[in-house]
Amino acid sequence: MSAPMNYLDGNAAAGELGRIFAMDITSAEGQCANCGAKGRFAEAHLYVQCPGLVARCALCGHVLLRLVNTQQHVYLDLRGMTYLTLDATQQQEASS
Amino acid sequence: MAGTAVLGRVTWRSATVVGLHDETTNARTIALAVRDWPGHIAGQHVDLRLTAPDGYSAVRSYSIASAPSSDGRIEITVERLPNGEVSPYLTKELMVGDDLELRGPIGGWFVWRRDQTEPIQLAAGGSGIVPLMAMIRSRASAGSSAPFRLLYSVREPGAVFYRDELRALSDQDQSVIVTYAYTRVTPKDSPRPPGRIDAALIATGTWSPNLGPTSYVCGPTSFVENATDLLIAAGHGRENIRTERFGATGERK
Repeated sequence: MSAPMNYLDGNAAAGELGRIFAMDITSAEGQCANCGAKGRFAEAHLYVQCPGLVARCALCGHVLLRLVNTQQHVYLDLRGMTYLTLDATQQQEASS
Repeated sequence: MAGTAVLGRVTWRSATVVGLHDETTNARTIALAVRDWPGHIAGQHVDLRLTAPDGYSAVRSYSIASAPSSDGRIEITVERLPNGEVSPYLTKELMVGDDLELRGPIGGWFVWRRDQTEPIQLAAGGSGIVPLMAMIRSRASAGSSAPFRLLYSVREPGAVFYRDELRALSDQDQSVIVTYAYTRVTPKDSPRPPGRIDAALIATGTWSPNLGPTSYVCGPTSFVENATDLLIAAGHGRENIRTERFGATGERK
């Protein structure tokens, strides 16, 4: 692919996804529905030069997630992942 | 142990600017007091939302530069981008006492936790130093003895953030070993001509993969790709390298 390096990491979607989900999606492990690769959502490639966010598999480029905000609605398409495994124990670190 | 806050849905909070200082001619550190701040982990970021009188709003992400603390304060360092929509305001016009909207802390993957004991390799490209500095500061404030190294790629000596603090930390007890890679202009005594990081610098300026380090790489996408490829070529496993990219659009700092 000769595509320019115009993508970010899945990390950068954490704020938008944090509006929707109570648990951190970016540290969850997901599986690409196209190539079967497993990886942290934080390591997906995130494209933001579009009306919303598009996350693609870092290996095969398949679309994992699309998220679009309008005045009235949030549209979320998660068809590109067969599953997500979330850490149910995650906590903020104690501040001392 | 102070309270541990369970992560919840991320909501907008109000924050007040309590301090400003210039890191370079082009970058400013902004200290914020955040209402009901639950604390953060080194490496996490916040989103800032600025709203114009006509209702137009812009959201940008900035990494937290400060160590976790329980006083409800955080620091971010913002680099001014030439055609930026938000960064010129934050670096030139913002004043102490101003209020901002903020959401966070955000992100649970590109983080260093104080109970990690393995060697840590940090690699920063330009303002990618910011979340890595939070890790260095967190290590110091927690009294951690995890061995840290930082490879810091930067345009020229005047563009280095946190220079005095990094020098103090590396002089103190060699607890954080810092290697600079200047890409355009070097200091007079530099042993290396200006240039991007390369395999030779990875060999001399980073932990050997045999030590089992975890690496954190942050910077513009091209820097992250190059540094990650070099680390993998040097024998580091991809699973031990965490990355945070930001784009030239200024969407991510």
